[in-house]
Formats: sequence, structure tokens, C-alpha cells
Amino acid sequence: MNFGKFFMQRRYLIEILTAICLIAAPFVLPHFNAAPNTVNRILVWGLFGIGFDILFGYTGLLSFGQSAFYGTGGFVAAYLLTQAGFPYVVLALIIGMVAAAIVGYLIGLLALRSTGIYFAMITVAIAEIFFFVEFNPLSAWTGGENGLPGVPSPTLDLGFKIIHFSFGWSLYPFLAFIYFIGIVIALRIVRSPVGAILTAIRENPLRAAAVGHNVQGYKLTAFVVAAAYAGLAGGLLGVMQAFMPPDAFMFDTSGQLVMQTAIGGRATLFGPLVGAAVWLFLQDFLQSTLGLGATWKLVLGVVFVLLVVFLRQGIIGGIKDLFEFVMSRVAGQAKLSTASSGVSTESQQTTAATNVHQKSIPMRPHHPVPDNFSGPILQVTGLTKHYGGVLANTDIDFTVNQGELRGIIGPNGAGKSTFFKMLTCEVTPSSGKILFEGRDITGMGVTEVCQLGLTKSYQVNQLFNSLTVRQNLIISALAELRGKFRLDMLSSLSNVPGLDEHVEHTLELVNLTGRADTAVSELAYGEKRRLEVGLALASSPSLLLLDEPLAGMSPQERGETVTLLKSISQGRTMIIIDHDMDALFELAERITVLQEGRVLVEGTPDEIKGNAKVQEAYLGGVVHEEIKP
Amino acid sequence: MLNWTLFFSQLFNGLVLGALLALISSGLTIIYGTLGVLNLAHGAMFMLGGYAGYVAYHASGSFMLAVITATLFMLVFGVLLERLIIRHFYDRPDEDQLLVTFGLGICIVETVRYFFSSMTKTVSPPSLFSGITSLGGVMFPTYRLALIGIVAVALLALYLVLYRTRLGLIVRAGIEDSVMVDSLGINVYRVFMVVFGIGSMAAGFAGIVNAPVVSLTPGMGETILVQTFVVVVIGGVGSFPGAVLGGLIAGEIISITSMIDPAYSYIMLFAAMTLVLVFRPHGLLGKKGRE
Repeated sequence: MNFGKFFMQRRYLIEILTAICLIAAPFVLPHFNAAPNTVNRILVWGLFGIGFDILFGYTGLLSFGQSAFYGTGGFVAAYLLTQAGFPYVVLALIIGMVAAAIVGYLIGLLALRSTGIYFAMITVAIAEIFFFVEFNPLSAWTGGENGLPGVPSPTLDLGFKIIHFSFGWSLYPFLAFIYFIGIVIALRIVRSPVGAILTAIRENPLRAAAVGHNVQGYKLTAFVVAAAYAGLAGGLLGVMQAFMPPDAFMFDTSGQLVMQTAIGGRATLFGPLVGAAVWLFLQDFLQSTLGLGATWKLVLGVVFVLLVVFLRQGIIGGIKDLFEFVMSRVAGQAKLSTASSGVSTESQQTTAATNVHQKSIPMRPHHPVPDNFSGPILQVTGLTKHYGGVLANTDIDFTVNQGELRGIIGPNGAGKSTFFKMLTCEVTPSSGKILFEGRDITGMGVTEVCQLGLTKSYQVNQLFNSLTVRQNLIISALAELRGKFRLDMLSSLSNVPGLDEHVEHTLELVNLTGRADTAVSELAYGEKRRLEVGLALASSPSLLLLDEPLAGMSPQERGETVTLLKSISQGRTMIIIDHDMDALFELAERITVLQEGRVLVEGTPDEIKGNAKVQEAYLGGVVHEEIKP
Repeated sequence: MLNWTLFFSQLFNGLVLGALLALISSGLTIIYGTLGVLNLAHGAMFMLGGYAGYVAYHASGSFMLAVITATLFMLVFGVLLERLIIRHFYDRPDEDQLLVTFGLGICIVETVRYFFSSMTKTVSPPSLFSGITSLGGVMFPTYRLALIGIVAVALLALYLVLYRTRLGLIVRAGIEDSVMVDSLGINVYRVFMVVFGIGSMAAGFAGIVNAPVVSLTPGMGETILVQTFVVVVIGGVGSFPGAVLGGLIAGEIISITSMIDPAYSYIMLFAAMTLVLVFRPHGLLGKKGRE
């Protein structure tokens, strides 16, 4: 039993548990001598961290610049409430949040131009700049190093009674309520199609783009969401302390957030809350109970390093592993008792899968073809690619008709993969033109081309490794069903019309129905290879390119895959690169032979088999001459 | 009106800061380029070098000895750190490397704070370079003049190691493709260890030679770390010449802007980084694919 699934499959279980815990906290925690201010602080950090976890844990973007948005939201709200005489606390908090989101959008446009290490470095720089801006040029508004004192706390007018949320346990319900809303929204985001795509971006941004998602747009979305949460939390910090401190903007704030999230567990949403609880209680404990003074930070630093080294997924991750370990033991014992009763489940699955495969109907491509178009589906003229002085492809003319199954062969280094990469617009040609269904796609992006109905499966598997087979196909199907960018962040994955059928259908086609809920990392190589094809297939392409689909397979797997390829070629145009000539001669109607980046010859399998030039290309001139005399 | 004396003095100060940034950034950039690890503890190592020198200086009274001790100490420190911790992170995702070096940075800073408190510590410049020198009517502290020379020598030494030795050749090859280097039969892990040591040494050396100019505090590395990042982004990740060029540009931007209004020095630096990112996303002298 999977920990995540256990909770995710029971609707609203997490929400209800969270609500219960939040309501119980003020009754339970005082018995443990928890200071109400510490509890409030944990909630603010926890809320701050929800957005950060969506950015870091789910999308895989580690930002050290969240203090910039925390400070922005905080100071905008505090300025409105203290300097501008704005009377509505909640509205000021919302304005602060929106301001932080807008700043996040602008910063995101810049920072997300780069990835990985560069992204981390730029966010560090951004955090530092914001601190300086707040301190100096904007000190007239932000109070500089004095901050903004006198931030009012919220009241609730019930008509007959006015509730004042002042501080301590009296403020707690207000913070708890906002935290609850925050977590409910975040859970919806995580379970939405957007949430699934964010995870895919973390796992393999290249493939996420190749199956037709606007990766940049979704990254920016995650960045803005994180900034909005940060801005709201920043505003609450001012309300909680009745004072907006300038150090909210400090790099240390970002650092503490990162550490708390890692301690609690990333990609859990609750990790930051757990991390903050550990951090703040440990701080209190070390400082006051043990009297360590300033050394508490050293102890926390060491704890953090140890956690990163030994417990990668943090405390919640550790609990998850323990839970799954215990469940698997329980399940293991249950299995043992049923094992004697006959056929193992595994072989049942296999037979079921094969049966299904036999009767499966090919999935039809459904991309709108431009009106009145009846020419060849793909028409390439004069395609050339050179890297410096190296010519990968020279002046290739290539035409494929609707419904054709074309094979491409050629010795290693003939430029086959480069040719494919140009067709799917992963590589920009040096010159030449590519017409797909009559449209000029030269210079478009891989995402746009996939959305038009042209995609490929990769020579080296490009899968979403920590996801299951089904989740992998969902990612691809989402691009097909929702288009390249859509912000249905609050809608459930199950609300995407046709998603289940589409995924089930693809699973059947690539014969992986029995393995649908297996993680990719546990698949056999041949299965991974079929999933690779499945990912391309799930975007229902009208033109499907397959780069060495048979590579590395056993003879038996090859046979199965050839059958599979035959079945998916119905109603679809396909181009296959492979070194397995027997398979290609069996599958393809026409074959194009590439050599040294040029088209050597093109013809039916029989013509190619008998062609002297092809024999020479493969066997070398010497053999050819030996035959001649 | 523009005060020319002040301008030249700031130009010169920018050169000092730029040279230092260049040295620290080269350490960071070769570590990143070769090992693929962005060392977030680099600022803390710069600080630690200063404190190591401070201890040696007060024990021996010799600045020269302080520099030598601090440099060697940081070499050993870097090698040990790579052996004990960093090594286990080569196969883990970027984020984990960032997290662990970030945590190590905090451990270093807090350990120093534990032993030396947060109070500032000072190291006097060697008597040879004390006092003031007049250069074309502009007065400069002699040590600052000497500092340019010292850092230039260090950069030259680093250059010679990187471009004129067998090790340097391997390191530069490793920056382009460490897997290939490994498969050529070179023990790439030993090279990683040495590179981390050299990078740590460069930061530590910068920390001690800079000590007479500033006062030492445990938190001093953070500002330097951020400036170093900007330098690396401007110059291009993995590029030694890029680090030098970026360092000098950043140093001058900070100094010249400070003359007009110190509050804007960071903003100008950020603006420069933004321009580079927009027009040359891989940095002025960086190559595509290294990041």
C-alpha cells in the first residue's frame, strides 16, 4: 500500500484531519507548555512554506529568494495598514499577496530564463537586492532598519459581537483559518492537471515540453503561486507581531525556509509546517532549556546536514517509508497465506494484458488538419544542419504521404537522429524547410509541433522516472486533451474529460495495462521501451516518429514490439529509424537510406535489398568489388 | 560636479574589490565546472580563511606566516570536506548538493561564531605595506596597493596551474566533460578532491589577504557569496577568464556606484547581471551547456 495513495484516495481525508488538528491544537498544546506565539509563528512559516513546497518539492525549482516576496507582501500590507490609514486588515493582506504575486511574475520572467544552478544563484542575488532596496531607496515607505511598527490585528464583526484577534491564542483562530484555506487550495493545485504537470517538469522538463506542455508557462505559474503564498505569510507576520520587521527581507529568511522544508520533507505540503515546528521548538529548547544561547543555530545546522545526508525526504518522508515498510510486511504476510491457492497474480496480469492487446482498437489521431489539405503529410526540402564545420545533414529532400509507414536506415553517424530532431523542432536546421500537413513548421518549438500532431519517441528513454506508468501516460495525455497551457489549477485531474479512457486505451496499445501502477524505476527495459512509445502515442500524433524503438531488445521482445508497431500504425503515419533491417523490411512500405547526412536512396524494401549502393554503404566497397568480378 | 580625486580613488578601490572577487569566484567556478557542485559554503570558506589567518597571526605575529597557514589550512579543510561529505553527493540531484553545502556553510559560520563570538576581529597589515602612498596626487593605503599585486600573483598562479600543468589540463577537460575524462582512465574522483581543495584554498587565501582591509565577522561570507554568484553569472559558469572579467566588472560597478550613492551599488550590480542574462544567457565568456 502506498502512503500517498492511502491518503489521496480517501476524499477530503487530509483536509478533515488538518481541520481536526488545527481545532484541537489550542486545547492540547498548552499541556505541553507550547507558547501560543511559537504556535502562531509555526503556522506563518508553514503557510509560507506551502507555496515554496509547490515550487521546490513539486516543480523541482530550488529558490533561495523567497524572502523577496515574503517581504514585499508583508511591507505592502503593513504600509497600507500603518502609513496609508487603510482600515481593512484582511483586504490589506490580500493586496499584499497580490503585490507579491505580481513581483513574483516579473522576477520569474527573468529568473526562469535559466535553470538549475543558474536559477539558484539568481534567486540568491534577487533576495539580496530586495533587502537592499527595502533598506535604502525605499526606506521612506518601509521604515528602513526600523521596520513598520503598529500593524493592527484583525477583527470580525458578527453584528451582535465584535471578535478581536489580538495576539497569542486569541490570534490563533485567524491564522489557523488562513492556514487551512491555504492548505486546501494547495491540495487542490497538487491534485489538479497543473499539479501533475509540475511533477513531470521536476522529473524530466525536456520530455514534459516534448509531449506538448508549455514548461516555461507552468514553471512561471508555480513561481507566482509560491510568491503569493509568501506575500500572504509576510503580511501575517506583521499582523502577528504588530510590527513589520525589516529582517523579513533578509537572505536568512529564505535560508530558514529552505531548511525547514527540507527538514520536514519536500513535496508533502505539510513538510514546511513540520520543519518549522521542529526548528522553533528546538530553538526554544536549546536556547532556554539547555541555555546554549546563540549556539542553537550551530546545532540546527548540524542536524540539517545530517538530515540531508541520511534522510533525503525529511521527517515526513521518513514516516512515509516506515509506513510503507510496515504495510508491505502486512501485505507480504497476507500474500503468503493466499499464495498456495493457485495461480500467482502476476501471470494472471500478463495473460489479461495479452488478451486485451489482441482485441484493442487503434487510437485514431484527432488533430485538426488544415482545411482543404490533401498533399503529403510531411514535405522536407533542402534540410541542412551543420555544427561548425561538421555536416550532420546535407540538403535532404524527403516526402512522406498520408498513412504511410516509412523506414529510415543508415550506418551509425549517418545523421538519422539529427534529422528526426529537426523534424520535431528540437534542433533548428541551418537551412531548409519543413512542411507538416502543408504548414511551415521550420523554427517552431518542440511543444508547438507536438500540439500540431507531430511527435517522436526517443532513442534513449526519456521517462518521468519517479512516476508510475499510468502517471507517465497521464502527463502526455493531458497535453493532448488540454492543450499546451491551461490554468485549471483548482480542478481535479478526474475532471479532465476523456482522460481515463485515453490513458487506458494507450496502456492497452502498448500492452502495459497490467503494469499501470508500477513505478517506472521498477520496469524491465523492454517495458520502459514500450512506455517510451506510449508517451509519444498518448499525444495522438497524426505523424509519429520512432527513433530506434527496437534498440536493446531481446529477439522475443522485438517480435512483440513489431506486432505492436503494426497495430499502432493503423490510421496513422509513422516514420521509424532502426538498425533492425529485418523488422523494418517487414514493417515499412518504403525505406529511405541515409548515409553521411545525405539521402542515398529511397524505395520499397525489395528495391533497397537489391540496391548495390546500399550494400556498399553497409558492407564497404571491398566486399562489393569481390562480388563484382 | 564629478570629483576626480574621489573618482580615481573609487576606481582603484573597485580594482581591489574586483581582484578579490575574481579570485574567490575562480575558486567557485572551477569547483562548479569540474565537480558540478555549486558550493554555497564558499562564502563561509572565505570567512574561515580570514579567521584561520587571524589565529596564526596572533600566535606568531607574522602576517606572512598567517597567510601561509590560512592557505594551507583551507587546502586541507577543502580536501577533507570533499572526502567526508561532498563526495557522497555527486550522484544526487542538484538540489541536494545545494542543500548540503548551504547547511555546511551555516555550520562553519556558527562554529566560528561559537569560538570567536560575533565581535569583529582585526588583522594589521604587514609593516612593509603599512602607511599611505601617494599616487599622482591621490592618497592610497599602501596595503591596498600591495593587495592588488598579491591577488594578481595568486590569480597568475591559478592560471599557471590551470593552463600550464597536467593537472590543469585534466581539470579543464573535466569542466567540459568529466565522464569522458573518467573513461580515459584518469581517476576523476582524485581530481575532484584536488579541485575542491584548490577552490577552498583560493577562497581562504582571499579571506586572509583581505583581512587587513576589513574587519572579520562570522557573517562576512554571505555578502561575498552573493557578489560571487553575480560575478559567475556575468562571467559565465565554469570559465576562469570569465570569473576574472566578471570580478573586475562587478568590483568597479560596486565602487563607482558607491561613490554616487552606496544604496544603489547592489541595484546596479543586479542590473548588470540582468543585462548579461538577457543578452548573453551563458555569461560573457561562458559556453552553452556548462550549466
